[in-house]
Amino acid sequence: MGKVLRVIELVRNVRFWFAPGRIEDEGETPDYRFSLANERTFLAWLRTSLALIGGGFAVDQFLPDLPWAWRVGLALGLLAAGALCALRAVNHWVRCERAIRRRENLPVSRFPALLSIGVALVALAMVVVVLAGWQE
Amino acid sequence: MTAPARDPGLQPERTRLAWRRTTLTATVVAVLAGKSALREGAGAAGHVAFALCCALWLGLLVVAHRRIRVLALGGRPAALTPAHASAAALCAVALAVCATALVL
Repeated sequence: MGKVLRVIELVRNVRFWFAPGRIEDEGETPDYRFSLANERTFLAWLRTSLALIGGGFAVDQFLPDLPWAWRVGLALGLLAAGALCALRAVNHWVRCERAIRRRENLPVSRFPALLSIGVALVALAMVVVVLAGWQE
Repeated sequence: MTAPARDPGLQPERTRLAWRRTTLTATVVAVLAGKSALREGAGAAGHVAFALCCALWLGLLVVAHRRIRVLALGGRPAALTPAHASAAALCAVALAVCATALVL
């Protein structure tokens, strides 16, 4: 049940992505400094996403001696994390913007923790792979 | 003596610089994509993927430039619209898709 509600919430948010102005129907316009701070947080997440995508390229480019499966696996993991991070950045921005307008608490999220664990696992895998000196 | 006690200029400027940093990060990604596409063995598909990466990089640059111009107007800046935010994020997602094509 909770999952279904979350999916409905996500679809509602996706509608907001493409409907400029709709968000302004809700609540009241906040102090613009709050909106700008929310925007900067969104941009920080977008940069994180771009950095993950760059990391995917880097693994593919600068570890050419790795076995194909490891190289492509690590690169695709980073690229998928980057895409997910970008999508989540807009969704979180919309949720925060609505919460600010309605004077509600900001939404909490377990995404940062999950992303940290994912990046730590990829980093650990790379350390093991490079130290072990596996080559084709 | 209420709101004007705080410098109104710094918040838009910080946001403008954040957009600028984001375009710089995208530039690094585009350069890495170029390196990937120009190595030996990258076929026509690789070149197409690189061309798409360049187009997406330009798209992100245009989105950022528009927002930077709004923020540079001074006064009370208009809020970021959801369409604008989605456009920037979708450029990043499409970059990841092109990167996947280049890596595989």
